[in-house]
Amino acid sequence: MTLVVIGIGHPDRGDDAVGRLVATRLRGRVPAAVTVVEEEGEATRLVDRLRGTASAILVDASLSGAAVGTIHRFDAANDPLPEGNLGMSTHGFGLAEAIGLARALGSLPQRCVIYAIEARSFDLGAALSAEVAAAADDVVERVVAEIRAGA
Amino acid sequence: MPRKTIKVENLARVEGEGALTVTIRDGKVRNAALRLFEPPRFFEAFLRGRDFSEAPDVTARICGICPVAYQMSAVHAMEDALGIEVDGRIRELRRLLYCGEWIESHGLHIYMLHAPDFLGYEGAIEMARDHPDLVQRGLAMKRAGNELMTVLGGREIHPINVRVGGFYKAPRRRDVLALSDPLKRARDIALETVRWTATLEIPDVHRDYELVSLRHESEYPLNEGRIVSNRGLDIAAREYDTHFEEIHVPHSTALQSRRRETRSTYLVGPLARYSLNYDHLTPTAREAARAAGLGPTCTNPYQSIIVRAVEVLYACEEALRIIASYEEPSPPAVTIEPRAGSGYAATEAPRGLLYHGYRIDRHGTILSAQIVPPTAQNQPTIEEDLMTFINDWIDLPDDALRHRCEQTVRNHDPCISCATHFLDLRIDRA
Repeated sequence: MTLVVIGIGHPDRGDDAVGRLVATRLRGRVPAAVTVVEEEGEATRLVDRLRGTASAILVDASLSGAAVGTIHRFDAANDPLPEGNLGMSTHGFGLAEAIGLARALGSLPQRCVIYAIEARSFDLGAALSAEVAAAADDVVERVVAEIRAGA
Repeated sequence: MPRKTIKVENLARVEGEGALTVTIRDGKVRNAALRLFEPPRFFEAFLRGRDFSEAPDVTARICGICPVAYQMSAVHAMEDALGIEVDGRIRELRRLLYCGEWIESHGLHIYMLHAPDFLGYEGAIEMARDHPDLVQRGLAMKRAGNELMTVLGGREIHPINVRVGGFYKAPRRRDVLALSDPLKRARDIALETVRWTATLEIPDVHRDYELVSLRHESEYPLNEGRIVSNRGLDIAAREYDTHFEEIHVPHSTALQSRRRETRSTYLVGPLARYSLNYDHLTPTAREAARAAGLGPTCTNPYQSIIVRAVEVLYACEEALRIIASYEEPSPPAVTIEPRAGSGYAATEAPRGLLYHGYRIDRHGTILSAQIVPPTAQNQPTIEEDLMTFINDWIDLPDDALRHRCEQTVRNHDPCISCATHFLDLRIDRA
């Protein structure tokens, strides 16, 4: 079964870097058969990544109003995504649109999990918030465990 | 006076972040104020004190949709400062890379961002439910651009293979030749796309723009040419600052551009490029444009979707031409000795003219950087478009009017990008 992990974000935009950071840390921690990639979040690129994949785990930053560093987990294959700025990344045409497009085109993976880490700011040049950095560590462990459990 | 304000929090199909307030009084549009977030200021400051060689990779990070445009304007400006000429195979390879970005960026805008406006959908997802074939066609077009960018750029996002003087590594001939078949398919898709855009219901409106783009003596402009306009401007990039200026406006933190002499607005992008360089399109692209109802110039911004399709067709054909005779440049870059100087360049980003200007010291350290993106140049023109066109639709219900406003902004594919979130649109009726 093909499994892809996609870390989404922009390295220069404060907490938006977190998805990419998680992807970086996962390399070497996951079996060789698992593909780990980084994306900026443009929807059609994500749709292409999801196409032909049986299982996907996506990691992105979110701004939903929850406490900074909160880890959200969604089962995008079975549930609708919540409204608002969850997984909006630094793009207006981003993760939520990618999931919606893939679903409409019938190419959403059978298993599609989203981890969204609540951000403080997406300011250019800002460092990662401490809470977000800590959450990144947790998400790395949770993704590793999820893959080990047979995701 | 009673006010009615409509706030839209999910205008997601403009790349990035921004806000638009349309004020209506006595049945007329009194004001249209577009507010954009602008990352180049941050990057201009970030570049100061860094080595000249870092400019292409640093500026590429400004925009996830058009990194090649930023790299190209950066390398050409630096080469101008350093007094070196890059020609031959390296020049062709740069042009090929730029074609990939046009195909990718225009494909995204035509199908995912702009098409839903013409077909009456909220967005690409809703459109995909009824027209999956259209969305698949857009994805296929974009994918051809992606593949080209990956082979030449060295990786999938943010190409890293571009350097001042050329490339770090020349793509192998067999890898480049392997792009032929996908690009031939993309060319067929592009032709189909031109025909399809011609069937869309497009408002019959025109504006008397000053159209500004590059013009090269023998080719449709991507990397090089003089900056020209339909009102007689004909200058080198080095003279840009003499003829254009950036000003602060109260409603936006971003700078807006205007012509220095006349203090008037101007338009960059597909309409300008097409109208000023029609004679340099390939015969197939010209014929497709004619069959789609376009003349040799186009000043209807709602027809920009057709012009973008024509430009994708051109980019596919140009890419195929370059690929057919591709030989690996050896060495892949010319040697550079740092020296003090100033350098300027403009290239044609998918959205229009992208200007870079740098000063470097004798060690090659950047003393100052100036970056003028196409959207900063088009921003006042987009406001004027709204002021002009929306009056005809003012009696529409708010929802329909809002939709027209959004479409009018999207005509120019504003790369507010590189930025966050959504365009917050308000219609204020007294």
